[in-house]
Amino acid sequence: MTSLLALPYWQETAIKLGLALAVIPATSLILVYLFLFKMMAFMQSRLGPNDTGPYGSLQLIAEAIKFLQKEDIHPAQADRRVFRMAPVVVLASTFLLYVVLPAGPDAVVQNLDTGVFYAMAVSSLSVLGILMAGWASANKYALLGGLRAAGQLIAYELPLILAVMGVVVQAETLNLQGIVEAQATGEIFGFGAIGNPFILTQFLAFLIFMIAAQAELTQTPFDMPVAETELVGGFHVEYTGFRFLLFFMAEFGTAFAFSALAAVMFLGGWWIPGFDVHDNVLNILGPGVMLAKILLIAFFIFWIRFTYPRLREDQLQKFAWKVLIPLALANIVLTGIFKVVF
Amino acid sequence: MSELLRSYLTVAIFGVAAIAMAGAMLTIARILRPKRPTAQKLMAYESGVDPVGGDWAQSQIRYYVFAVLFVLFDVEAVFIFPWATRLELYGTFGLVEMAIFIFILVLGLFYAWRKGVLRWV
Repeated sequence: MTSLLALPYWQETAIKLGLALAVIPATSLILVYLFLFKMMAFMQSRLGPNDTGPYGSLQLIAEAIKFLQKEDIHPAQADRRVFRMAPVVVLASTFLLYVVLPAGPDAVVQNLDTGVFYAMAVSSLSVLGILMAGWASANKYALLGGLRAAGQLIAYELPLILAVMGVVVQAETLNLQGIVEAQATGEIFGFGAIGNPFILTQFLAFLIFMIAAQAELTQTPFDMPVAETELVGGFHVEYTGFRFLLFFMAEFGTAFAFSALAAVMFLGGWWIPGFDVHDNVLNILGPGVMLAKILLIAFFIFWIRFTYPRLREDQLQKFAWKVLIPLALANIVLTGIFKVVF
Repeated sequence: MSELLRSYLTVAIFGVAAIAMAGAMLTIARILRPKRPTAQKLMAYESGVDPVGGDWAQSQIRYYVFAVLFVLFDVEAVFIFPWATRLELYGTFGLVEMAIFIFILVLGLFYAWRKGVLRWV
């Protein structure tokens, strides 16, 4: 493994940590401003926030400062310690996802060999935080929301993992850098100029992954757990002030991370056609390419969010267990057959 | 320290950093925010009406069945991962083995389906 600037481990980790601490809040700022504030507003024939900063771009920073000054209310019946820990657990899960996301040949916090597997494992930690929040609030809405969230997250976790398996079979590695490399050096019927982005050969897996990711992020049409019209916010109904903001940041931070995972696994990641995979220039150009691909995927996620109505709980479970899981299993077998035969 | 352990040390550092960042921001908030609790404020929120009955409502057992089903399938998924990375090596043998494994898995799913476990009533 090459290191970024050949610094000692501790210095390198300190620099990466500093960068990550700056980048992760920035990711949720970008997504919230671009999509939740502006795109949603334009789709609904509104202007959206336009007062704070140029084109309203500082709106969320103003809101964060407002949230800092809000009173922190714990319900009298709440399990105080668990209630306080819950948002931190959810945020930590988001944070840990960013450890493996690559933005260039060396521009990655830690190139873990277990890459995809680690990402899936860490992202499912957030279920714990959500259950903790739902339970500890001692509120009927929160408990219902927490249970619904847990039921939904575990149901859609399976298609998510099984869809990834098709990519792993093709790339023969769990390592995310390895997956990018496999796509960059791949060929489509002997034509290798654009490599082989797995969206072409794994289109079914891509569809399943995006649907499951939509559910994992509890975005509409899978937003039963946080349905504001029936559960008034679900598991975070009792949260106020900054603790609520932590949930909010984690939601959009995870949306960004999942878009990045999809970009790495299906759209070829940071590689630009025409460059050598290990070219140092990609460390500088790579993050830009990644950002473009991530925003493209996030655009689809939020487009669907703003367009479709909410599914019913039974439809949601039925869809996961009776459609997505059998399809994902079929995809694994098909990919395996193609891999062995060709 | 070996390369493997060191790479997971980074993960541990990031975990601690996430908790520290959340803690730091909550501490700043603690200094800035007011604290004037009243009995009404601390009441559980039920759309503005006084809460009725206990605070932990009973919920459906069906979540439990789905959770058990999930554990089964998730463990199976862990078995498929190492196979997926080495399929080229195993060739036809590996493919047939995994096809049988997935067939049994699907059989289990259909059994649960027929038994009505997947019905959400």
